[in-house]
Amino acid sequence: MVDVSSATRGDLRLTRITKTYGDFTAVDDLSLTIPEGSFFALLGPSGCGKTTTLRMIAGLEEPTVGSIHLGTTDITTKRPYQRPINTVFQNYALFPHLTIFENIAFGLRRRGIKNVDADVNKVLDLVELPHLAQRKPTQLSGGQQQRIALARAIVNRPALLLLDEPLGALDLKLRRQMQIELKWIQREVGLTFVHVTHDQEEAMTMADTIAVMNEGGIEQMGSPADLYDNPKTAFVANFLGQSNLIKGRIEGTDGDNLVLDLYGQKISMPKSRSHAVDNSIFAGIRPEKFRISLVGTPTRGNVLTGGHIEEVSYIGVSTQYQVAMPWGQELMVFEQNDDGVPPFDKGDQVLICWEPNFTFALRGDEDAEAGTEVAPDDFDEDE
Amino acid sequence: MSKALSKVKLPYLLLLPGFLFLFTFFILPILNLAQTSTQTPTAGGDTGEYEQTFRFANYIDAFIENREQFARSFIFAICATLLALAIAYPLAYAIAFKAGRFKNILLVLIIAPFFTSFLLRTVAWKQILGEEGFVVPPLRTFGIIGESTTLTSTSFAVVIGMTYNFLPFMTLPLYASLERIDPRTMEASGDLYANGITTFRRVTLPLSMPGVVAGTLLTFIPAAGDYVNAAILGNPNSKMLGNVIESRYFRIVDYPTAAALSFTLMAAILILVTLYIRKAGTEELV
Repeated sequence: MVDVSSATRGDLRLTRITKTYGDFTAVDDLSLTIPEGSFFALLGPSGCGKTTTLRMIAGLEEPTVGSIHLGTTDITTKRPYQRPINTVFQNYALFPHLTIFENIAFGLRRRGIKNVDADVNKVLDLVELPHLAQRKPTQLSGGQQQRIALARAIVNRPALLLLDEPLGALDLKLRRQMQIELKWIQREVGLTFVHVTHDQEEAMTMADTIAVMNEGGIEQMGSPADLYDNPKTAFVANFLGQSNLIKGRIEGTDGDNLVLDLYGQKISMPKSRSHAVDNSIFAGIRPEKFRISLVGTPTRGNVLTGGHIEEVSYIGVSTQYQVAMPWGQELMVFEQNDDGVPPFDKGDQVLICWEPNFTFALRGDEDAEAGTEVAPDDFDEDE
Repeated sequence: MSKALSKVKLPYLLLLPGFLFLFTFFILPILNLAQTSTQTPTAGGDTGEYEQTFRFANYIDAFIENREQFARSFIFAICATLLALAIAYPLAYAIAFKAGRFKNILLVLIIAPFFTSFLLRTVAWKQILGEEGFVVPPLRTFGIIGESTTLTSTSFAVVIGMTYNFLPFMTLPLYASLERIDPRTMEASGDLYANGITTFRRVTLPLSMPGVVAGTLLTFIPAAGDYVNAAILGNPNSKMLGNVIESRYFRIVDYPTAAALSFTLMAAILILVTLYIRKAGTEELV
């Protein structure tokens, strides 16, 4: 039994956590601090170790090496029921034999709280389902079950709320709606939320801080905007949205800028946005940062010449172009459809230009395809 | 035959063989049995000759005369059911949640005894519990049973035999209902401050109740009517109602009493089972 109200609160610290199953290393020397009160996302593809990490925090798995602290208390070997931590499970895991009311009251009753009515009704109001209190879980829709699973966890006011792919089973529209609601509820109750997901859009919509995980470790951690605008690795650049990565060399410096040579064409970018370790780099530019213009029109900023339009796909809000460059690479360009008609046709000879500040640079020895092979929505639910 | 007509008739045609079978081999014999149960011996007739006199007092006579065996049948059946439940629940739990890749092998092992005759397996218990078996000598050595105590031809042996024989009927439904439980509900229970014992009491056990009810019924009902175990492993003082019915039919040739006892047993089981299902409230369970 845990008295949550007086239990330790504070930041959650994972220190050099490793988890192995036989020969397989699920989590590899991972250290992480999750600040109290934040909405934190662990984002990564299937098998990256994010769910294992979550289960170790919940106490459902024990780390092979390393320690977990909540505030100043070491909780590494504490049983799940001894931790002031609650989980919203992937498939909700509601108790099918109990009413919704009793499902939500379960945690309170186990902690010996006698009068649970007020607390249960309060969270039922919070998730806007007070009329379902006497139903059984199987009588509820997926979205309703999801909210009850959330209510069952937050009614305990845990120091930490873990969400394991909580929206994975919902359809797209409901998922969007629940993303906004979850964020709102997190602000409302002021608890620390740790959210595990493979859906980069979901992580970016909800989280204050995202840790991108790959192969049992953290690739990069930061705010959604940081990660998107200035990824440190090809995996992050490709897993969060799409990126054009162009192989090149650092030619020299110009004040606070680097001068890059990309297949003989010179461009510049801020020094601060380079993660390269030597002269060999990949220059990265997001597709929507590119602008296309016909050969001969005036340009600003960085310019790449010699391309022609290979493919045009009109998708309503924007048009996607594939521009074939002289060195054989096809660059992806997203143009907003501000003015109605797609202005370029297949075969047009074009220039690509962009603001130097939007460029980022990765180490030249990276695998430019890392994180691209698997479309985030195609993953299995389980790791 | 028109197409529409055949569509209406088809389900009944398909049901026909089943109905015919049930009528011939269930309804008719039951009616026949009911008829027999109120007959009395023909005046001046041979042994085994009876005539219909609608003597319902047959039931009262039969019950009063055999009330001891009646009570014993139910006590033995309840003991065997509880013992089987106590053995089968942990077994089914282990197979459902802990067996991993050995799951299928263990399930086959549970069914494996059915490859040998029921009778033979029961006789085997005579050897196991016998003087030369591997149970009695160690028990004597450690002084758990006295030098003169035997295990064969006792009520204990009858209950053990029934427990053993009906164990698979308890284990399989239990396994089926435990296996259906999402292990994440148990994790969720632990996550919501319930320790192992509380999780079992509040989540696992209630969710496995359909299996408990099915298993106990599948054990209790045949056990209450059983006579093989008492005949092979028991003694004259551990006779069950099944043994009485058997001897009335085949030895004493007292058909009316045997038929009346059969009906009384059926009715008693039916009432007990109905009360039990009401109490266990299976319809409440998902």
